[in-house]
Amino acid sequence: MQHDTLVSFEGVIKRFGTFTAVQKMDFEIKKGEFLAIMGSSGCGKTTTLRMLAGLEAPTEGTIRLSGKPINHLPTWSRDTPMVWQSLALFPFLNVRENVEFALKMRGVGKVERRRRAEQWLDRMQILEFSERNIAQLSGGQRQRVALARSLVVEPEILLLDEPLSALDAALKVRMQSVLKNLQRETGITFFYVTHSQSEAFSMADRVVIMSRGVIEQIGTPQEIYGTPRTRFVADFLGSSNIFTGEVLSASPSSLEVKTTDGSLSLAGPLAAAMPRQGDTATITVLDTKTHLSVQRPAAGVNAVPVRVIGEEFVGATATVYLETSQGREIRVQKSHDELSGLPLDIGQDLFAYWSPADSHLVAEA
Amino acid sequence: MTQSSSEAINRNRAVDWGLRAYILLAYAFVFAPIAASFVFSFNSDRFPSIPLGHFSLEWYAAVASDPLVWQGLGKTLMIGVIVGVVSTALGFGAAYTDHRYNFTGKQVYLALALLPPTIPVIILGLAMLAFLSRIDLSGRAISVIIAHVVICAPFAMAIIRLRLSQMDPALEPAAWNLGASEWATMRHVIVPFTKPAIFGALFITMAVSFDEFAVAWFVSGLNETLPVKVLGFLQGQVSPRINAIGTFVFVISMTLVILAQLLLSNRTAPKTDDKE
Repeated sequence: MQHDTLVSFEGVIKRFGTFTAVQKMDFEIKKGEFLAIMGSSGCGKTTTLRMLAGLEAPTEGTIRLSGKPINHLPTWSRDTPMVWQSLALFPFLNVRENVEFALKMRGVGKVERRRRAEQWLDRMQILEFSERNIAQLSGGQRQRVALARSLVVEPEILLLDEPLSALDAALKVRMQSVLKNLQRETGITFFYVTHSQSEAFSMADRVVIMSRGVIEQIGTPQEIYGTPRTRFVADFLGSSNIFTGEVLSASPSSLEVKTTDGSLSLAGPLAAAMPRQGDTATITVLDTKTHLSVQRPAAGVNAVPVRVIGEEFVGATATVYLETSQGREIRVQKSHDELSGLPLDIGQDLFAYWSPADSHLVAEA
Repeated sequence: MTQSSSEAINRNRAVDWGLRAYILLAYAFVFAPIAASFVFSFNSDRFPSIPLGHFSLEWYAAVASDPLVWQGLGKTLMIGVIVGVVSTALGFGAAYTDHRYNFTGKQVYLALALLPPTIPVIILGLAMLAFLSRIDLSGRAISVIIAHVVICAPFAMAIIRLRLSQMDPALEPAAWNLGASEWATMRHVIVPFTKPAIFGALFITMAVSFDEFAVAWFVSGLNETLPVKVLGFLQGQVSPRINAIGTFVFVISMTLVILAQLLLSNRTAPKTDDKE
């Protein structure tokens, strides 16, 4: 995989009237990567995609494709085909004609475009349906037609706008691997918009997390999951316990925070800018790195008294929901073996504890 | 009646039959006069009365031998075709504008575009006559065409607008995104998608023009269309020829309407032979 920049957003802002959908955005898409952009609805992720496709014009800033600014290019002059959430297949054309459409618009001859369309239909394993109407296809087959229709021009980048959202769970997982393999084999850059954490994390090389028009974090799924950079990201992923309090002492490699649930410490390099004494700081710990015990743990770890409020069975693991005396919700995720020795009746008093090395400092904003 | 049993037990038999009878009566009410006209057009008697005389085509023969009728029919058909094409083109443009663009005053635009059929025909006819004679366009075939387009274009717009509203809003930008310019998208996506409605609108507007009497009566002058001619017959004498012409006009109109209906209802799998 090469790491040249294919697309860059430079200070891109998009306003609709008085509403700012995307606020001053700077990021790059590398050639050949699978980049997912994730956030809840209205966060600006789809607007970002549409600006790259040429369906919306940035209010400010520059978008470059292969180094060249493309702000002024209409969508039909860009090579940025898109797979739509609704798929937007042409119902009056059959499968092969749908796939040929982009080639026909580019003036490719009849014989050549048929050959290339069939090549992609074959690759997507739907060649046998090439003379069928769209209405006669299943959801998964339509998905493949939509992919073939966009990929037939062999673009450098493919834009995907929540293409799997209409599929049932099993098919969704199958299409995820189809997409991931396709991306790996073709080397085409994929820019994938989704609100689903599982889709983004299972397919993407890098993930962009957006909230209210701002990029909260860009990183590999491991980085984002392991060390969320902001409180929003930690909240959004829902896999961290979050504590906010006043900084008692701070150094580049340790932090002591006084929260309503007691004083908590952090050891190791800080992920966000070092706060000063007296500032408000937020620290997080993954639910998988949070442990439970009946006895108060020995000194040297962060320990918080908690009460069991529920338990949820999640396949190989279970999630235990607890509450501190201050009403803060704590989640602990463990294998069934690890939980087997613990009394987990509702109302049971326990201690939640974790190592200071597993604490992370996150930015408030 | 192969309803599933759960449906059958949830329905009252009496109400069921009652509703069927109601539909039958409603259709009888609508079509009885036309049916009577149809029957009497083949009747040998001079006056419509029961019992019927014997079967006869004499009234059709009488109509067919009248050169004035042929003249009127030719005019009507020519005007109908031109009105159909022009109204459908205008209606398509108006409907697409509504579909594609948002602008201030759009509600007013829509209200004005759909207004003409709600104006009483007598008023419309008088106004047309006054206006067209002022600009020296009254009493000609073109007068009837102009007047009929005013009446028909809103129908075409309504039909095409309905079809456009069924289109996935992503379809048009998807075509642009695949390299089609706006014109190419119009030609390769919007028109093919709307095709059933376009032909439906064409046939309906032709049928409306074909039947329209009041406005044509005001503006046609010597270029009388068939319905205007029929009135002429009536004023002179009551002849069963009216029934013959009536039946003929009815068959043509119904054919057009049925064609339109077939096109508009068969929209799930429109088969395109258009390979290029």
